[in-house]
Amino acid sequence: MIKALHQIGRYFMMLKEVFNKPTKWKVMRQLIFKDIDDLISGSMGIVAFISFFIGGVVAIQTALNLTNPLIPKSLIAFATRQSVILEFSPTFISIIMAGRAGSYITSSIGTMRVTEQIDALEVMGVNSLNYLVFPKIIAFLLYPFVISISIFLGIVGGWLAGVYGGFIGSDEFITGIQRDFVPYHIAYAFIKTFIFGFVLATIPSFHGFYMKGGALEVGKASTTSFVWCCVVIIFVDYILTQLLLS
Amino acid sequence: MIEVKNIEKSFGESKVLKGISTTFEPGKTNLIIGRSGSGKTVMLKTLLGIHTPDGGTISFDGRVYSDLTPDEKRALRTEIGMVFQGSALFDSMTVEENVAFPLQMFTTKRARDIKARVDEVLARVNLKDANKKFPAEISGGMQKRVAIARAIVNNPKYLFCDEPNSGLDPETSIVIDELIQEITKEYNITTVINTHDMNSVLQIGEKIVFLKNGIKEWEGDNEQILETRNKSIVEFVYSSDLFKKVRESMLAESEEEHHHQQQNNNNEKA
Repeated sequence: MIKALHQIGRYFMMLKEVFNKPTKWKVMRQLIFKDIDDLISGSMGIVAFISFFIGGVVAIQTALNLTNPLIPKSLIAFATRQSVILEFSPTFISIIMAGRAGSYITSSIGTMRVTEQIDALEVMGVNSLNYLVFPKIIAFLLYPFVISISIFLGIVGGWLAGVYGGFIGSDEFITGIQRDFVPYHIAYAFIKTFIFGFVLATIPSFHGFYMKGGALEVGKASTTSFVWCCVVIIFVDYILTQLLLS
Repeated sequence: MIEVKNIEKSFGESKVLKGISTTFEPGKTNLIIGRSGSGKTVMLKTLLGIHTPDGGTISFDGRVYSDLTPDEKRALRTEIGMVFQGSALFDSMTVEENVAFPLQMFTTKRARDIKARVDEVLARVNLKDANKKFPAEISGGMQKRVAIARAIVNNPKYLFCDEPNSGLDPETSIVIDELIQEITKEYNITTVINTHDMNSVLQIGEKIVFLKNGIKEWEGDNEQILETRNKSIVEFVYSSDLFKKVRESMLAESEEEHHHQQQNNNNEKA
């Protein structure tokens, strides 16, 4: 328990240091663009693939469970839209990102720790936490863009699976996705996404930055960081749902 | 000049540095030597400010490190160059990006001027045609040269080297040692090298601080170290068979010389 509190305290101390003593803007700008490329653009492929097919799966499963002829088929589109916007895209994709981008962050920073590159930054007088973590936080400000694409592709996947699978007509699906639409749900999804983005940038950085040992420990730190990202994302998801939707 | 006064450092119950005092002068290659676990790495990291000493003071040309504000400490660190044991080059950057890094971070130089300075420094460490290569694509000796180039590119006042010969063949080690010594003289840098390589000790040890169990056991230069009768030093210096044989032959030579001299004296008397 004391160890856990110590780690939490250390995490917040790290956050304080991340925003302290900024790196020269000219250098920081390059780092931000590099991290956008690595973490955001580099994740688009897997996010697009998963979103498209999961959207399709949600539509097919909803269709297969609608056996009552009194329930309109447009509910397939409605269910797909709600699942994708409220939970699948913000939360499920964040778990995927914890594996993809989170592991990358932990292992890259951890390797820098093992090979004394972080010590080299510190000795030069560079605020290594600002240099390494801040650009990742800024890059993850674009995370809602990833989630927008995910939402769009999820619904398109549902539409194609529903229509070409013969479960629902195209017009009916279009009607369904417009039915009882609450714009606030988009805001809710984006609020979650911003917070998950912050979690995805900082928790893997924390595990990479403070790791000790060698190559094997880098692997262990990546696994630990993935587990903690998932735990925090699910916990924060629960809290935010209570706060924003209840 | 770096002045160390009575520094102490403990980790938990274990006292690693026990009141060490010494000075490291500019334009000289100052060596910290000792067996593994003697405290030399902790001493170097304490000098660098990576570890905070529990007691004592370290002053850089009169500036006492513990009295400086965080901003002053950061400013002082820009005056320090460091060559790490494993080179610690940024593996996502090319050779020239690595060397240019301190200039980009701490100067307002234009890209053209930075490029010129990087080329100049890389030429100084005899490294050509490697500018666009990544650290993983060059040999260990070349990586060390890049690390030295990065350490001196911003004209540091103080240069620290942690085991600069580790992992290098004897010939390359000599080249690296000579390079460090030349640079030290050329730029009048206060250089502190942490090593247990006896070749380096004898070749470039203008000031040698010998640590044993966290205590400064002996200090002197590379000539004095061969003549000292300090038991710990003798055991350390002559721990390898090669050096033992050299010492035995030296002792035999001096005994023979002594014998000859005595014989000559007797003859003269007769």
